[in-house]
Amino acid sequence: MTILVLAQHDNTVLDKATLHAVTAARAIGGDIHLLVAGQGAAAVAEAAAAVEGIAKVIHVDAEIYANPVAEDLADLLVAMAADYDYFLAAATTFGKNVMPRLAALIDSAQLSDIVEVLGPDTFKRFIYAGNAIATVRSDDKKRVITVRTTTFEATADTGGSAEITTIAAVDPKGLAKFVGREVSGGDRPDLTSARIVVSGGRGLGSGENFAIVEALADSLGAAVGASRAAVDAGYVPNDYQVGQTGKVVAPDLYVAVGISGAIQHLAGMKESKVIIAINKDEDAPIFQVADVGLVGDLFKIVPELTSKL
Amino acid sequence: MKVLVAVKRVVDYNVKVRVKADQSGVETANVKMSMNPFDEIANEQAIRLREAGIAEEVVAVSMGGAKCQETLRTALAMGADRAIHVLSESELQPLAVAKSLAKIVEREQPGIVLLGKQAIDDDSNQTGQMLAALLGWAQGTFVSKLKIEGGTATISREVDEGLESLEIALPAVLTVDLRLNEPRYASLPNIMKAKKKTIDQMTPEELGVDVAPRLHYLKVEEPPKRQGGVKVPDVPALIEKLKSEAGVI
Repeated sequence: MTILVLAQHDNTVLDKATLHAVTAARAIGGDIHLLVAGQGAAAVAEAAAAVEGIAKVIHVDAEIYANPVAEDLADLLVAMAADYDYFLAAATTFGKNVMPRLAALIDSAQLSDIVEVLGPDTFKRFIYAGNAIATVRSDDKKRVITVRTTTFEATADTGGSAEITTIAAVDPKGLAKFVGREVSGGDRPDLTSARIVVSGGRGLGSGENFAIVEALADSLGAAVGASRAAVDAGYVPNDYQVGQTGKVVAPDLYVAVGISGAIQHLAGMKESKVIIAINKDEDAPIFQVADVGLVGDLFKIVPELTSKL
Repeated sequence: MKVLVAVKRVVDYNVKVRVKADQSGVETANVKMSMNPFDEIANEQAIRLREAGIAEEVVAVSMGGAKCQETLRTALAMGADRAIHVLSESELQPLAVAKSLAKIVEREQPGIVLLGKQAIDDDSNQTGQMLAALLGWAQGTFVSKLKIEGGTATISREVDEGLESLEIALPAVLTVDLRLNEPRYASLPNIMKAKKKTIDQMTPEELGVDVAPRLHYLKVEEPPKRQGGVKVPDVPALIEKLKSEAGVI
């Protein structure tokens, strides 16, 4: 069996999400190849070759892959499809965008967001915002899979010495054109891979008040997240959102500030090792999943906590 | 231009789902059902395109059992002009739905197909991308802003890093994210009017699509329950717990 993992990167650095997808590939078993499609991304190809357990890195260098659109990447994957039994990518917005397009083009029923590999054809995945776990078998000859990064440890990014081969790009059809990207965040750790996450919800009341969440996060060296309510209210940008339709995180410590704990938020953070909740409503559902809860006024508690840490 | 909107009937987002005792699935009998919230946003966007004079007609499509008609009536009450119901009582998976929608697109020739980015039941996040692939069209997924000029859609997409903008050629398939718009409520007069609008019915067989499930759901279980812990009285006690339990500070 041969598995192709689609690498996610910015032409400079191999995204850590890919290392989690590689772990799922290793659980399936077989020769694992990593596809690095980019422009001037030789450093990424070299980083990919150093990942433990990779047999081969396939590097495609072309202008169209500098900021690739799903249409062009799916066509590239289809051109390579004859050689592979599995196609994996991390279930990031990148993987979610590309993989179903590939799946339809090769007539394969995709398995989205798997959380466990039970065998070569059988997997577990969450449904209903994590309120149920399904065991799913695919009999398709070629399987297309996206991988929930939080349930597979990252494979080591050193120790491997895969050969790097290059192949040609597939001519683009010109259906879509990348225009630009607005990246928010700044110097804080990445939300999906941070050891500590501090998230704020509607209880903050405004974007300005979110500063107390950010101050707490900075004192802990944590990433900042938010509930959907806080994003919808415009307190913070969309990429802060943790939940069923935002990011899924599983840090060592998750601090929920002024978050009630709607089902769809819990879906994105309940695998965290330790959950702390600070909320003025003692009946808030967040306390049903929190290891430690503190009921009270977050505008007093959070600054006090920040100053005493 | 015609706009096609795909809407799915799902367990209402406020319902706490229960796994069936025989592990064959999730209890859906006697449970409140609604239109998938993302599809509501898609339908709202289609109606706004018509109101802005960009689209002439909004056609809503749903696949599934007889009760999908209720979901389509909701779409019509919001403002869709007519509806198509692909009747099938069997389990429908994203690839089968995408194939069926592709057949409807061939018949209806819309300039844009709008769908929710994912359904809140199976959380697959596949159908729109698959439909675009089958049609050979451009796709715009997780759309939070949309501008249409001539034969091009300029979209803003919600991605993990922030926002990404793309220019995509029409016809195209667009899947919508939460912040594209706030769907309207159907007014009573519009609910009454919707009852007179047409819902055409057809079957996957008539469309020539094999909808037999390709993924086999062997078992559905409750996830491990997370136990609530303790409440502490003040910040020093919280810090103490953080040090003893979390071990990260």
